[in-house]
Amino acid sequence: MVKVVVWGSLKPHTGGKAELEIEATNVRELLNRLGDAYPGLKPQLARGVSVAIDGVIFRDGWHEPLRKESEVFLLPRMVGG
Amino acid sequence: MSAIHVTTKINGDVVDYVCEADETLLDVLRNRLGLTGAKEGCSTGDCGACSVTIDGRLTCSCLVLGVEAEGCEIDTIEGMADGEALHPLQRKFLEHAALQCGICTPGILVAAKALLDTNPEPTETEVRFGLAGNLCRCTGYDKIVRAVMDAAQEMRRA
Amino acid sequence: MPLDSTPQDKRAFKVVGTRPLRPDGIDKVTGRAKFGADATAPGMLVGRILRSPHAHARIKKIDTAKAERLPGVKAIVTRADFPDHTNGDAALFDILYNIMAREKALYEGHAVAAVAAVDAHTAREALKLIKVDYEVLPHVTDVDEAMKPNAPVLHNTILTDGVEPKPRKPSNIVRRYEFGHGDVEAGFRRADIVVERTFKTEATHQGYIEPHACLANVGPDGQGELWVCTQGHFMVRDTCARLLGMDISKLRVTASEIGGGFGGKTTVFIEPVALALSRKANRPVKVVMSRDEVFKASGPTASTSIDVKIGVTKDGRITAADATLRYQGGAFAGSPVEFGAMSAFACYDLENVRAIGYDVVTNRPKQAAYRAPGAPMAAFAVESVIEELAHKVGMAGIDFRIKNAAHEGTKSSYGPTYGPIGLLPTLERAKQHPHFKAPLGPNQGRGMACGFWFNFGGQTCVSLNVNSDGTVALSVGTPDIGGSRASMCLMAAEELGIPYDKVRAIVADTSSLGYNDVTDGSRVTFATGMATIHAARDATRKLCARAAQIWGIPEEAVTWEKGHARPAGPNAGNFPPMSLAEVAAQAGATGGPIAGHYEYSADGAGVSFATHICDAEVDPETGATRIVRYTVLQDAGKAVHPSYVEGQFQGGAVQGIGWALNEEYIYGKDGRLQNAGFLDYRIPVCSDLPMIDTVILEIPNPGHPYGVRGVGETSIVPPLAAIANAVSAAAGVRLTSLPMSPPRILAALEQQNAKRIAAE
Ligand code: FES
Ligand code: FES
Repeated sequence: MVKVVVWGSLKPHTGGKAELEIEATNVRELLNRLGDAYPGLKPQLARGVSVAIDGVIFRDGWHEPLRKESEVFLLPRMVGG
Repeated sequence: MSAIHVTTKINGDVVDYVCEADETLLDVLRNRLGLTGAKEGCSTGDCGACSVTIDGRLTCSCLVLGVEAEGCEIDTIEGMADGEALHPLQRKFLEHAALQCGICTPGILVAAKALLDTNPEPTETEVRFGLAGNLCRCTGYDKIVRAVMDAAQEMRRA
Repeated sequence: MPLDSTPQDKRAFKVVGTRPLRPDGIDKVTGRAKFGADATAPGMLVGRILRSPHAHARIKKIDTAKAERLPGVKAIVTRADFPDHTNGDAALFDILYNIMAREKALYEGHAVAAVAAVDAHTAREALKLIKVDYEVLPHVTDVDEAMKPNAPVLHNTILTDGVEPKPRKPSNIVRRYEFGHGDVEAGFRRADIVVERTFKTEATHQGYIEPHACLANVGPDGQGELWVCTQGHFMVRDTCARLLGMDISKLRVTASEIGGGFGGKTTVFIEPVALALSRKANRPVKVVMSRDEVFKASGPTASTSIDVKIGVTKDGRITAADATLRYQGGAFAGSPVEFGAMSAFACYDLENVRAIGYDVVTNRPKQAAYRAPGAPMAAFAVESVIEELAHKVGMAGIDFRIKNAAHEGTKSSYGPTYGPIGLLPTLERAKQHPHFKAPLGPNQGRGMACGFWFNFGGQTCVSLNVNSDGTVALSVGTPDIGGSRASMCLMAAEELGIPYDKVRAIVADTSSLGYNDVTDGSRVTFATGMATIHAARDATRKLCARAAQIWGIPEEAVTWEKGHARPAGPNAGNFPPMSLAEVAAQAGATGGPIAGHYEYSADGAGVSFATHICDAEVDPETGATRIVRYTVLQDAGKAVHPSYVEGQFQGGAVQGIGWALNEEYIYGKDGRLQNAGFLDYRIPVCSDLPMIDTVILEIPNPGHPYGVRGVGETSIVPPLAAIANAVSAAAGVRLTSLPMSPPRILAALEQQNAKRIAAE
């Protein structure tokens, strides 16, 4: 189980919760299972997200490992100029 | 439309071309003569990317018609280096990293040379006003001003 | 964090950190460098685009019959030539709609048809002969107006996302974002002083000097070539192929030299149109935007309206921070408001913080990324309030910021906990900088501000070929927008242990390398640099193996050091070191060409911070402002080529000066842009400016082998606020709208006077 925090405006799609518990050992599992558990998140997942793990932001990287004590945040997909 | 025959001297060589009556000198240089060093940033005289000198005078070639150049001497960025030897301004621009993307560079070099031709010992303020007709969006001009001042100093010593 | 926070193992570099001449330099000072508009092809046609004169109109009919009959016209395309291949991808459909209007024209300048003709004159005439039947609709260009319930609605498909309950009526509000943590209301209750203000910023354009330009060549067999000035030729290839229903492999895109982008060349505008024209005409077609088109039809950034409320205790500790940000991003979803909301309070260590963002559509051109998209406006609003609060609690702005600054271990305003970051070092260094102690003249004021940006890595692929004479050819897939080829050569040379001038870097076309993300997000020196280092390591491994073969010893017994293969230890055997050139000379006999490759998705870019100090002088008679001194202090992780790092700092600061003082999109009541040219949209010129002083801090990024962080974007985040704080100090009145043009400053001064007189 990892704890993942989604940003505030996704709460309508997660039953009002910002902090979700998901069984996942890497980013790919996390994203797949988030979509399965909360289908309302799927459009946002399709638009693209970044995942911050222990302070480092990953835009790609399905295989980035997640540990039980990892601090995980879902963030909008980063863009740049 | 009927084309008009024009005879000029460009970078020291006699050049004949034909152009339409409404064609700018910039278009003639770029599209008919293959001299694409002068750039089009605006075509309204506001950016200086198309700078050339006509009879020694700094000019936006987008504001001049090709036919107006009849009998004139035109100098462009392509004529600035002397064979293998870069002009001191060109060298100093490289040394000072005074270009990032480099699209403004030909116009700024032509303008800087025109400035130093009339004022070999410009102050920083004079350099800034001398180049005020040339837009650069990348550098913030700091390194450009330094490069021009440094080149001026070197040219005075030479 | 101590000022010289550097890891124990700070490595000594040989060539990284030096300032050699750039490899593309001679071409660029002699006029030989080929930019987007400099290419030609035999039989080339001229492409021109017809654009909507209306801000919002239904396109009832497009009649091209007359134009088609004009001699010299070879192809005309309209919406009918762009069937929808987007398969439900909403973002891609928006791009399709943006490059050629469909049922409606959504902004003045929206493309409605395009012509390819034998010359520019004929193309222009043909455009005049195309008849478009418009039904003009009510329009809206202001962000606050567009959010009102009775505003004209652009898309009846937009039902605001992120609000509960989901609305059933369409509006211009695409999406609501919310970030933050803690309990903001409770935090405000604990505050002794609260400041709350509303700010507005106008849209600005990236203002690259080179207009969009491309040369397309597609045959009836569907094979195509495209020459284009872009920040990402792989992105152009994939996007165009998908929009036009082509095979990706059939389209080869070559990146020209690029005359500036700043985020504005990270999408497509004219490229699919040029390809469609070329395919239809079966001839090469060149399309070059005019400056007018660049302003009206390529992406500016968002205009914004922002409320900020911050509370502090008497001793200067922030108890709560709250912001609502409204960004319009033109006619399609996707203003950078989420990044504004995420970055707004990122510089501070906050217990209670909330940022709410609204993405809004209006009848303006579709916004494109502009350097740290969304962040500068948010920083303007927040840092203005921070400065005001500091004064209210009787602290210097810098001490107030140091007291509240985010540091390693801070839970950031957007969520994650920070690792090692460089904000405090830039603040401490700023405090010691002579600029801070210099006396001010009459009518002058000093301001400062901090800024934050995320940076990212992205998909990257690099190839490095070792030549028989020991020189190296490096192929990268990220267009060089400000000297990156020099930085890549430096890193390859460092890793291989050979001189800088033995490496030549080129930007390879899309058929020569795997996919590379766009040059954006300050990612090239970081991500392409890291790929270059790994490709070089791949090559040195192979070089060692070849040396081992030549010596007849096991591979593991050879190491690469200082440009030579060497026996790893005394047991490996006693062989004189072989230079790269010596190993390379034997390549044919030892197994063929030697090359290093690396491909990956780079992550771990590491966030970056900057502090800017600005002195401004305001003429109370005219309201004109002059920047008299400016200093940038920013963390670069490791400056690979310091001159170009300084250049990024200076360029970003000056774009910020333009945004703060002059630049703005001005719309008339008719929804048309009033100032689509460099005369009326005034970007800073040389005589407007002082020298821009820079201080590079190097707090290594643990995510990069040399410690590199992106530097390209953060430099535009603090200036709007730093200048607003300086101008407000000089004028004696708080300015809350950008740009701070003379009429706005005069109005603020007059208001202030009126208030004073009323009070007396
Ligand atoms: S193109 Fe001539 S001044 Fe801009
Ligand atoms: S270097 Fe890019 S515009 Fe001057």
